[in-house]
Amino acid sequence: MRPEPEVGPELAQAHGLSPEEYEKAVKILGRVPSYTELGVFSVMWSEHCSYKSSRIHLGRLPTEGPQVVQGPGENAGAVDIGDGLCAVFKMESHNHPSFIEPFQGAATGVGGILRDVFTMGARPVALLDSLRFGGLEHPKNRYLLTQVVAGIAHYGNCIGVPTVGGEVYFNDIYNKNNLVNVFCVGVAQTARLFKGVAKGVGNPVMYVGARTGRDGIHGATMASEEFGEDEEKRPTVQVGDPFTEKLLLEACLELMAGDHIEGIQDMGAAGLTSSSCEMASRAGTGVHMDLDLVPCREDGMTPYEMMLSESQERMLLVAKPGHEEAVREIFAKWDLEAATVGRVTDDGRLRLTFGGETVADIPVRELADEAPRYDRPIAAPEWVEALQAFDPETLPEPADMNPVLEALLAAPTIASKAWIYEQYDHMVRTDTVVLPGSDAAVIRVKGTDRYLALSVDCNSRYCLLNPYGGAAMAVAEAARNVVASGARPLGITDCLNFASPERPEVMWQFAMAVEGIADACEALGTPVVSGNVSFYNETLGMGIYPTPAIGMVGLVEDGRRPVTCGFKDDGDLVVLVGSDGDDLGGSEYLAVWHAREQGVPPHLDLALARKVNDAVLRLMDTGCVKSCHDTSEGGLAVALAECAIAGAKGAQVGLSTGGMRRDALLFGESQSRFVLTVAPANRDVLEATLVESQVPYLVAGWVGGDRLQVGVDRKLTLDRPVADLSEIHRTALPKALEGGAA
Amino acid sequence: MTIGVVVFPGSNCDHDVLHVLREVCGADARFLWHKERDLAGVDAVVLPGGFSYGDYLRPGAMARISPIMAEVARFAREGRPVAGICNGFQVLVEAGILPGALVRNRDQRFICRTVTLTVESADSPYTRGYAPGQVVRFPIAHADGNYQADADTLKRLEDEGRVAFRYAGPEGEADEAYNPNGSAHRIAGVFGEHRNTVGLMPHPERCAEEVLGGEDGRPFFEGLLAGLTEAAA
Repeated sequence: MRPEPEVGPELAQAHGLSPEEYEKAVKILGRVPSYTELGVFSVMWSEHCSYKSSRIHLGRLPTEGPQVVQGPGENAGAVDIGDGLCAVFKMESHNHPSFIEPFQGAATGVGGILRDVFTMGARPVALLDSLRFGGLEHPKNRYLLTQVVAGIAHYGNCIGVPTVGGEVYFNDIYNKNNLVNVFCVGVAQTARLFKGVAKGVGNPVMYVGARTGRDGIHGATMASEEFGEDEEKRPTVQVGDPFTEKLLLEACLELMAGDHIEGIQDMGAAGLTSSSCEMASRAGTGVHMDLDLVPCREDGMTPYEMMLSESQERMLLVAKPGHEEAVREIFAKWDLEAATVGRVTDDGRLRLTFGGETVADIPVRELADEAPRYDRPIAAPEWVEALQAFDPETLPEPADMNPVLEALLAAPTIASKAWIYEQYDHMVRTDTVVLPGSDAAVIRVKGTDRYLALSVDCNSRYCLLNPYGGAAMAVAEAARNVVASGARPLGITDCLNFASPERPEVMWQFAMAVEGIADACEALGTPVVSGNVSFYNETLGMGIYPTPAIGMVGLVEDGRRPVTCGFKDDGDLVVLVGSDGDDLGGSEYLAVWHAREQGVPPHLDLALARKVNDAVLRLMDTGCVKSCHDTSEGGLAVALAECAIAGAKGAQVGLSTGGMRRDALLFGESQSRFVLTVAPANRDVLEATLVESQVPYLVAGWVGGDRLQVGVDRKLTLDRPVADLSEIHRTALPKALEGGAA
Repeated sequence: MTIGVVVFPGSNCDHDVLHVLREVCGADARFLWHKERDLAGVDAVVLPGGFSYGDYLRPGAMARISPIMAEVARFAREGRPVAGICNGFQVLVEAGILPGALVRNRDQRFICRTVTLTVESADSPYTRGYAPGQVVRFPIAHADGNYQADADTLKRLEDEGRVAFRYAGPEGEADEAYNPNGSAHRIAGVFGEHRNTVGLMPHPERCAEEVLGGEDGRPFFEGLLAGLTEAAA
């Protein structure tokens, strides 16, 4: 073995540990750490693993509710969905790797979140992705998008978990920091959830799955730093093998159907280090591992490399006494390795031996739970007020609104994402009842009469202009999407993507966004059951917009049928639920038509949001809702066009400005609004329900014909064949990506 | 009557096929593990979709040497029903049980969407429930579904009426514009020499229930079951 480098403050700094953090490690050990120990401290105390900058704020999030089966702190959260079943879900970022090596970065992002879900004993049933890229006029961004999509497809399609939905936004702020957030949902029996605990002193600690290689060493540390110029970080990206993960998934679920294990955890970021530490820490025990027994892919791997490797498709489990052979047999059936590498101990220490020598001996609690926590300085940046001060009323109003609608439908953020989701197997498992392209994706829960509605949302432009309001609106939009599909929102997972926490304005954005999520979740009754924080999404001092992506799970209860957004039958009434405000600030219209990302973003009244959601669900209960769509980017006009495109049917709708500008009425992004349709015979039921619910509404027109015609103050203002709008919407993204080929 | 659904490492439509056979068609169905060396007395075999062995080497190339495949080949030679869907079709082709080859899609990308097919022949256990020329909608989900064969093989398939399904337009138009993956003669599925074997890239199990938006795939399984019941009577 090569001689190990000498450990000191300088080497610690090179590992991303500050002088104070290094001092703390020395104090905990009472001596200078060994090289392996330094590696262990550096990954456990990285921002990625320790949440050291975010933790004090995250306590603000509501995590409780009668539906919560498992809140934050485990590998994934879980909510009750009836019949003794629960939905297990979490969203995680894989941003940094997906810029460095987009295909493998995205693929292993999928692999990692899948393991977080099946390690709980849940079978993964759906994946969604929240993606951000710079504008597609830059070839590099086209490359990043194409490769990220191919990587997600590669992993998800092979393992056979449908990718049922997601969101993609384009903005040049993501040029050097694209975002890849993956949201995974599984279904488990509540009574048979598994946890990441190293329980039972003397129990065998077993390593299962793929062998350990030198890939991904320091991945967690890399994800905790901003990018500089021309740095070669590719070796820190792991390489995924979805086939091995499929075997691991089936083997783990087969194992969990029996009574063989005490606890199990996937080896994600910081691999063997974090899995062993966290399992011991949760159980209040210690773990002793003999690293000579770790199955390695390469010869001559050092303890340091083994502990820091982020090789994929591996799990650590604690077997019940006498069940080692049973574990080995199940894994052998699936052609996988299972090796006993250590024991649970009662000394509260992570002790590692190699070649008969102790190479690490660290108290677990100090390492895992007493990681540094920072109350980083917070300061509201002055530029926020300047951005908000812009008054859209000063802009000229377009004379003809038709080209505006067409431009919005062609904007990559709004355009059809079929080019992307048709590369994902979104139907495998035969549960996808509402396919991608509607509001929420809806999957059935086999063996029940229920469905899960899933959505992931965040408008980061709103978050730039008002991080509190923007984050709250992300929760509200996710809830609206789920409601539009006929589901009651149950809970969320969040993936908080921000720039460097070492800059006070970023910490201000973060703290404000957490407040916004907290207030919205309280108002809408959707606790946060899991989540992830990704800081340092910045390059050379240029940070991303705050992007707190919200993954929402809703339940379509017994007897209700999921609803889709497309218009259904000629003569159906088009109904607008909710009220129109003068909300052009921060809109897609301002960005696309006037090239401005400014103004005060829409105002969100959380009490109204809840009231409108409840009213729409009450309407769904009457069975009269034939289609339902929420309004979001592009406002009412784009929402109407999307309903028409999805249903391949026209409509005639009449609106009045009531003193507002026409562009604000058509393209403003006021919150808490739905466009829905009912058969004319159900008008009484509709009006009675909405009046009783005390929400504003307008019966605005009819479905029919092959044109979308919208009159404003009795003047025909939008008038286009649906087929033309559909063509624009369908071909915009392929055109942007490949110069015209659909 | 029992139908066996083979599980290779990496199969991922195995549960879907079992679900349709059991819950939708009310049939008796069971999994057959790829390491088994007998077919446990089943009356028909389905090779489901997925990524057997991760599609390493070539789709189906490794699965064809799984222990159970020798038995599946013998079973097919005896004239018993064997169906391969998607990756199952690729395995049957690699095993030489069906002619031709499935290569990368024309556009080099994975495609998942519902397409229109014409049922080219109702003369088989799988297609007896359809009218000849019937237009049906099945989902596809594959990266390697581009069916190719040499000119003689294609001619023989056409002459013997062994093209089972063909990609077509919404009204059944025989137009190359509706060919999603570049397959020769727009072939989506073929029968074996004695029509007891079939392979197809589209997924009938994904469109066998109304809740999934269509039931066009259901007669595929019901026909197979009806044939088995009649043969036993």
